[in-house]
Amino acid sequence: MSYDVMVVGGGIVGCAVADRLARLDLSVILLERDDDVASYATRANSGIVHAGYDCEPGTAKARFNVRGNAMMWNLAEELDVPCRKCGSLVVAPEEGLEGLEELKRKADSNGVVTEILDREGTLKKEPNVSDNVAYALYAPEAGVISPYQLAIALADRAVLNGAEVVTEAEVTAISRENNLWRAHTPKGTFDAKYVVNCAGPEAAAVNGFVGEEVYETEYRRGDYFVLDNTEGKNVSTVIFPLPTAAGKGILVAPTADGNVIYGPTSVPTYDGDTAVTAEALDEIRRSVPLTYARPAFNKCIRIYCGVRTVIGHDFIIRKSDRAENFVMACGICSPGLTSAPAIAEYIEELLVSCGMERRPKADAVTVMPRKLRLESLSEERLNTLVKENPAWGKIVCRCEKVTEAEIVEAIHSPVPATTVDAVKRRVRAGMGRCQGGFCATRVMEIISRETGMPLDEIRKGIGHSEIAVLAVKEADYD
Amino acid sequence: MIKKCDVVVIGGGPAGMAAALAADKKGAKVLLVERDGRLGGILNQCIHAGFGLHYFGEELTGPEYAHRFVLEVGKTDIEVLLNTMVLSLSDDRKLTALSPEFGLVHIEAGAVVLAMGCRERTAGAIALAGTRPAGIYTAGMAQKMCNVEGYLVGKRVVILGSGDIGLIMARRMTLEGAKVERVIELMPYSSGLKRNIVQCLEDFGIPIDYSHTVTRVVGKPRMEGLYYAPVGADRKPVLSEEKFIECDCLLLSVGLIPENDLLTDTSVEIASVTSGAVVDERRMTSVKGVFSCGNVLHVHDLVDNVSHEAETAGAAAADYAFGKYSPSAVRYRVNAGKGVRYALPQLLNAGEGEAEIFYRVDNVYRNPKIVVESGGKTLCSKKRPVLAPGEMEKVTLNLTSVTGDVTLRLEM
Ligand SMILES: Cc1cc2nc3c(=O)[nH]c(=O)nc-3n(C[C@H](O)[C@H](O)[C@H](O)COP(=O)(O)OP(=O)(O)OC[C@H]3O[C@@H](n4cnc5c(N)ncnc54)[C@H](O)[C@@H]3O)c2cc1C
Ligand SMILES: Cc1cc2nc3c(=O)[nH]c(=O)nc-3n(C[C@H](O)[C@H](O)[C@H](O)COP(=O)(O)OP(=O)(O)OC[C@H]3O[C@@H](n4cnc5c(N)ncnc54)[C@H](O)[C@@H]3O)c2cc1C
Repeated sequence: MSYDVMVVGGGIVGCAVADRLARLDLSVILLERDDDVASYATRANSGIVHAGYDCEPGTAKARFNVRGNAMMWNLAEELDVPCRKCGSLVVAPEEGLEGLEELKRKADSNGVVTEILDREGTLKKEPNVSDNVAYALYAPEAGVISPYQLAIALADRAVLNGAEVVTEAEVTAISRENNLWRAHTPKGTFDAKYVVNCAGPEAAAVNGFVGEEVYETEYRRGDYFVLDNTEGKNVSTVIFPLPTAAGKGILVAPTADGNVIYGPTSVPTYDGDTAVTAEALDEIRRSVPLTYARPAFNKCIRIYCGVRTVIGHDFIIRKSDRAENFVMACGICSPGLTSAPAIAEYIEELLVSCGMERRPKADAVTVMPRKLRLESLSEERLNTLVKENPAWGKIVCRCEKVTEAEIVEAIHSPVPATTVDAVKRRVRAGMGRCQGGFCATRVMEIISRETGMPLDEIRKGIGHSEIAVLAVKEADYD
Repeated sequence: MIKKCDVVVIGGGPAGMAAALAADKKGAKVLLVERDGRLGGILNQCIHAGFGLHYFGEELTGPEYAHRFVLEVGKTDIEVLLNTMVLSLSDDRKLTALSPEFGLVHIEAGAVVLAMGCRERTAGAIALAGTRPAGIYTAGMAQKMCNVEGYLVGKRVVILGSGDIGLIMARRMTLEGAKVERVIELMPYSSGLKRNIVQCLEDFGIPIDYSHTVTRVVGKPRMEGLYYAPVGADRKPVLSEEKFIECDCLLLSVGLIPENDLLTDTSVEIASVTSGAVVDERRMTSVKGVFSCGNVLHVHDLVDNVSHEAETAGAAAADYAFGKYSPSAVRYRVNAGKGVRYALPQLLNAGEGEAEIFYRVDNVYRNPKIVVESGGKTLCSKKRPVLAPGEMEKVTLNLTSVTGDVTLRLEM
């Protein structure tokens, strides 16, 4: 098969690029290594839509962050992705005022609205900052979003607009055939005129496939605690400490779905190392009380870890000067999530400058159909739905109140969910306090029934992660 | 749709069924609401024997035990709503529930019995370090996979925590051909029943490491092994003594938590030790007309106790609905003293008759004396060969002798 554009990597950047290009009159394919889009950094980060006050003025990070933030809220609305423009605070003790003022100067040159608040003003935004907080830099434009749901929704919209998303298709080599790029994957080869490299942690390696610069890449782990949604009411805004050379520091933030997170750490590591360490958890336990007065580590329901891909000090987003029709997004660390819509916009320009034709598709989908959620349905609507489809009346995930109908819909969504984790990321079944203890087997049964896959082939997520490994007394049956 | 009844019972496990039957016997119009497709609760997946020795005087499997109650329910006018989850509850006993048959159901009841059971603590709740691969499950989920779905979730298994479900699963998975490497327990004693340690571990030669914990899990996407270490007096692992075990599965049996999420919009007082409601001897909570029993009240180790407790709650709920029960003006607190982790009920109405006080101790004690005092008098003082946190104990009090707050404590 031959396509106009091939996107390598289905993180937030790849999904945003595929979504933009699918709305043009182009054939687009996205190749993703894992079982689902949003499987790497995009799945495990802070989910903050940064305002953009802390980026060095003049950098690509500053530019794309500020533009990305401006695009994000409307995008989330079109895609029906949970988000909250809740603002952020960088809090500081008495002696930290200077640091805040310096941040404010950066904010001003980046064109980001901020305000320095005294303790009283800070408490109005966030009653639960710790006792030693004397000042804060308030950024009203910041907020939180569900990062994986955003990426999934972008990929879904791309598919509705005609793009193809192929998962478990790691690009292992790229060759040149008849003036086209040919990607080699376990799912076969795919040809395209243009290639956009959005391979996140592997972007440098993918560059190497076409003779481009193999950037030296560093990886930095970030560990987190996720708190029960009963904690949600205690955190009204994102609370950062003063940033240091190591990064933005350990924050306390609401999530778009109503939980709270504490994290991340910033520890050098290797690609793919998402193992949480006890030291990292201890570091978070020590840090949170410095900014936040109501730490509730006993309400932890989950811990997780994401890996940042860092190349030098800035994003590298450019077209290749060595390989024709090849565009790259490398070193997309924080604020990559926020920046993604703006990065995709710029990549479109880069492709146009390579000669790609830009004709809008006639009837492209922009506003995604609203996902029905039990909590937001009126009684009348719910009763009608149940009458048409009793699965709407069957709650599978008790903790998050997810019905069978929502799970079935996720399984058959444009980018289908065929693993327990993929279902969980789409509809939150198993994301609550029992962590799937009650519903995982039900979800497996439903996946099995809907896809025809036997139960022992249903996987948790990537690779050989089957949950059932052996039939009970297998030998007795034959 | 609106349904009215004298007593609504939330949850159709052993507690819910016994409560419904007791309320029915008193002539109440009873509605029993269960979110699963059948009655029986957690017992449906407990296919081992060991249920009913006290209640029926014979040893039954979980499903058999449940089935006896299902048959009894079938003989009555109790209305059963299956596949129906209660979504909300208010202090004035109005409920909403969602059913695939009727959509949203509004329930107005004279009295409410909470019987929602409990859930298991997870790897997330204990902030288990390392990777998060396929192969880490709660023991109850592994039990459901094995006994209901017919699959094992691992071939080389380590179990963290010595709760009863973990112990039962150690035996079950061994019988099904898995290799259970060891059980690792943080405390110097088991949180499960002695009989389960003997019948599920010792009889199969499965070692248990007390005062140890898992330090981290390795492997991705499937578990490849884990590190574990002894813990010091502060219960922190001694990392210099960390050891590795190869395994593809870690089952967690690290505690059960009463499933009281429904109570968020009510003012039912919750006891921090049990995570269940504070109740009086008839199992009424701090909200009049709302009763609680079974694992949603406090975690039981024997279902027989669950059934008895639920009968108390169900009968009291019917009485309340008929205006025949109101708490007395004088109520006494039941306090857990030295060596006692909790005692339940936490409140006693001044009056007549007998009340059973259940309690758990906070450590393993040899030859202790359990002493119950009230109003400056010793009501009872009994020597016991051994008391362990894994076994729920009880004392029976004559209410007429209770003249002040009651304290249970151990004397060595
Ligand atoms: C701990 C942490 C916290 C963060 N917090 C924030 C925040 O709050 N706000 C914010 O704006 N940003 C944040 N970020 C940054 C943000 O998460 C990332 O910048 C963003 O997710 C990167 O997206 P991506 O698409 O470039 O990469 P990824 O999400 O890593 O996606 C790359 C994809 O490419 C796939 N892939 C790799 N190689 C191949 C191949 N050869 N063939 C096919 N597919 C391949 C991978 O499987 C992966 O799915 C944070 C990052 C981390 C790690
Ligand atoms: C694995 C295991 C092994 C055990 N082994 C033994 C043993 O060997 N011997 C012994 O005597 N005892 C044993 N026990 C203990 C005993 O079985 C339990 O204490 C008893 O089953 C608890 O009963 P319950 O009715 O309180 O809870 P459950 O059995 O958990 O029932 C609660 C019911 O409520 C329903 N529910 C919850 N929320 C809602 C809602 N909002 N709306 C509608 N319905 C809802 C649930 O679906 C469930 O059916 C064991 C327990 C377990 C878990």
